[in-house]
Amino acid sequence: MEQFLAFGIVGLSTAAIYAVIGSGLVLTYVTTGVFNFAHGAAGMLAAFAYWQLSAGWGWPVPVALAVVLLVLAPAFGLFVERVLLRPVQHLGEVERMVMMVALLSGLIAAARWIWNPNEARPLPVFFADRAPLRAGPVTITWHQALTMAVAVVAAVGLWALLNRTRTGAEMRATVDDRALAGLTGADPVRANRVAWILGTQLAAAGGILIAPAVALDARQLSLLIVSAYTAAIFGRLRSLPLTFLGAVVVGCLESYLTGYLPQNAYLPGLRLAAPALLLFAALLLFPHRRLRGRDRRLAPVPAPSARGALVFAASVAALGAVLATVLQGKDLITLGPLLPLGIVALSYVPLAGYAGQISLCQLSMAGIGAVVWAHLGAGGQPWALVVAVLVSALVGALVALPALRLSGVYLALGTAAFTVVLDRWIFTLPSFDVLGVRISMFDQGSLEVSGPSLLGLRLDGERELMVLSAVCLALVSLGVAVLRRGRFGRRLIALRDSEAAYATLGGNLLAARVAVFALAAGIAGFGGALYGMQLRTITAEQFSLVAGLPIFLIAVIGGLGYVGNGLFSGTAFVGPNILLGLASWTQNVVAVLPALAGMGLGHSPDGLVPRLRREWEPVARDRVVLPAVLCVLALAWLLRIADAVNGWLLLAGALAGALALRGWAAARRGAAAEPEIPVEWWGVRRPWRAEDGEVLARGIARG
Amino acid sequence: MASLEVEGVTVSYGGNLALDGVGFAAERGRVTGLIGPNGAGKSTLFDVVSGLRRPSSGRVLLDGRDVTRMGPARRARRGLARTFQRLEPFGRLSVRDNLLVAAELGPARRHPGRVADGIVHRLGLAEVAGAPADTLPTGVARLVEVGRALAVRPALLLLDEPAAGQDAAETRRFAELLRALAGDGVAVVLVEHDMGLVMSVCDEVHVLDLGKVIAVGPPEAIRTDETVLAAYLGES
Repeated sequence: MEQFLAFGIVGLSTAAIYAVIGSGLVLTYVTTGVFNFAHGAAGMLAAFAYWQLSAGWGWPVPVALAVVLLVLAPAFGLFVERVLLRPVQHLGEVERMVMMVALLSGLIAAARWIWNPNEARPLPVFFADRAPLRAGPVTITWHQALTMAVAVVAAVGLWALLNRTRTGAEMRATVDDRALAGLTGADPVRANRVAWILGTQLAAAGGILIAPAVALDARQLSLLIVSAYTAAIFGRLRSLPLTFLGAVVVGCLESYLTGYLPQNAYLPGLRLAAPALLLFAALLLFPHRRLRGRDRRLAPVPAPSARGALVFAASVAALGAVLATVLQGKDLITLGPLLPLGIVALSYVPLAGYAGQISLCQLSMAGIGAVVWAHLGAGGQPWALVVAVLVSALVGALVALPALRLSGVYLALGTAAFTVVLDRWIFTLPSFDVLGVRISMFDQGSLEVSGPSLLGLRLDGERELMVLSAVCLALVSLGVAVLRRGRFGRRLIALRDSEAAYATLGGNLLAARVAVFALAAGIAGFGGALYGMQLRTITAEQFSLVAGLPIFLIAVIGGLGYVGNGLFSGTAFVGPNILLGLASWTQNVVAVLPALAGMGLGHSPDGLVPRLRREWEPVARDRVVLPAVLCVLALAWLLRIADAVNGWLLLAGALAGALALRGWAAARRGAAAEPEIPVEWWGVRRPWRAEDGEVLARGIARG
Repeated sequence: MASLEVEGVTVSYGGNLALDGVGFAAERGRVTGLIGPNGAGKSTLFDVVSGLRRPSSGRVLLDGRDVTRMGPARRARRGLARTFQRLEPFGRLSVRDNLLVAAELGPARRHPGRVADGIVHRLGLAEVAGAPADTLPTGVARLVEVGRALAVRPALLLLDEPAAGQDAAETRRFAELLRALAGDGVAVVLVEHDMGLVMSVCDEVHVLDLGKVIAVGPPEAIRTDETVLAAYLGES
């Protein structure tokens, strides 16, 4: 009984922290309509800042607390509201969510840059020198008591703010209808600001309170917040009392699992994964949503021409051959994952681009493909690759079944929860048997991966694998292009653009969604297997949620509706790694890059791939310049093979030559002006272009 | 037997009754009008019939079979198709692709291209067949939605303000189209504010007001019905 009570106290004090953090999340969500994926990361940053001031620089605890909670946290909240969210406010819910994912990824990378993760940073609990309070059989430390007191103060304070002040009334009005609240004299911008400041302060308080109980680790702290998310989902992201109740459930569950879960090799991970499992379950208990009509900005999904797709695929294969012949030693290993991760990123195109399903678990699917290949394909049997794809697809379909009820932010959250369950539990399991089949994960460490044998050739060297990956990316790109032009692709876009219309025409939403999840997971699993071959040794860490976020961000920045996104994402994500060899600090810069790119989403919401395409199209269509470009590239390649120039010179020369020729092509095209099409026929007699909207708006503004 | 029967359907939003024990019927080969002031519950009734909204009580029967608990897709496979007052095109697909998606889901899925091209021709959409549905003016977009509904070869067609945004000549052509569809044996239900169109094309008109049916009858009778005039003009 005493033990039971003791675990209860631990559970309640953890619950108090989750309640504080969760209520901040609810507050920002209801007022601003932004689901703050980076909420936990803000708490993490606050904990680090507090450590730096109090332990690092030796400031007195009250001063350090005051600076973090009253100066740094509000400043950070204002920064997020002003700099990150204003540019995407007019875009959709998904774009705002991507911004917060970028912030999460960026904060983790930044914290690991500033505070070397290999150093231990113990953070003392509050009032560590005071003897714990005792009441009968119950013992409660001052830190625990303080934590619970903070939760109570937060609860009372939020209630008073929302129900007893003008600002609170404005915030509640903004929840219901932003525009309407503005018309009646409320100030939605001020309500937003207050929500961000308070939300960040609550996250900061929670982060500082929880940090002494766990290690001061950027990734771990940012994701601990999964538990707080679970609490917020209990409150349906709206109700503060239910959020507090949810926090109690999650906190006590974790505590009692720690106390009473049987000790064996399979279950410790379950305790870590329990909040994520609970989150998944809580999402599924959400009320059935109505079929969605068109209320969002729809991303473009152009159908590639057959010729264009073939040319692109051939270029990808050629690029693989060039890379395999040009790269040497370390660079060959560094750039090896470029094309396989391109395939993983390409899986977002049918899933998120065509079908509009935002999933954060694609790299986990890649992990499953890699694990299956590592275990079954040790001898290089090609059929094992097929099995790897099928198993990944099956898992993808299993995720889709419960996810049918979710969309947008909730779907992203659900898939993220699924990924956390894999990271913390499933991937860490030792081998086990299900129905007589032996299932092995990462064998609680790392796995050796070898290359396949195809047509009697054992493909095991970096160069061969590079060419293989290139051919595979080319084929998958071609496959996605065919998909876009075919019946299934049309259906996916139809159901994305209007679920209601698709269903009332007789379309089966469940079947289409399960199919596209399975397809995307299969593609990701395929890419994962190739990624594993390049890495040679794989660990669960390489396929975790945090590792997958940058790939997601880069894919979004590329433009989710474009077949060329695979090559773009692989290049943009892995390409900068060649800088790693230059100096040790470049590693941190490279780690922050995807997040920074993600934050730039407001500038080109439709993606960079169409922009690149527009810029390079004149070259591809010019009968003089195109051969010239190819000659320049071929010449550069020959010089490199003959060892007359080094890799950097080759890259710079090829880029400079190609850019110069692009300018030439653009000039030539400008000379041969295109025939004028009357403005009312734009989008009819010629395709609608991205810039047309702005041209029209300017024309109207000029009168 | 009526193609569509609605019996005692009640729907409430919060505390407000959007539909209050509504009964309705439509028959094959006839155009049935459904009119009423804004907020009368016309679109809600379409949502209930097409399965997008569950009524709190009442039944919906298609060809005598109770479909109240069926989802929208299963009802569609029983021959029901609709358009939306608030447009729901597949915005980023071309007009022809919009029609293709529907044709591939309908009974003519073996030759969807032929069905789509036939509708493009019939509705005069050839000029815009390649344009994304998002970029069309409202009148044309409504026509595309009608075409999309026709592509599944419906036995029961619900049209929610299909003629809004059309000029006089277009409306005349549209009336001919509706008569031709009824002639092919389709049960057409028409929600429309253009009284000229309703009165010229409908065989029977139902009038909804504040969630209740206040009058049913042939157009000439409805035109002079005092309750209907009161509901529209706000006088007793």
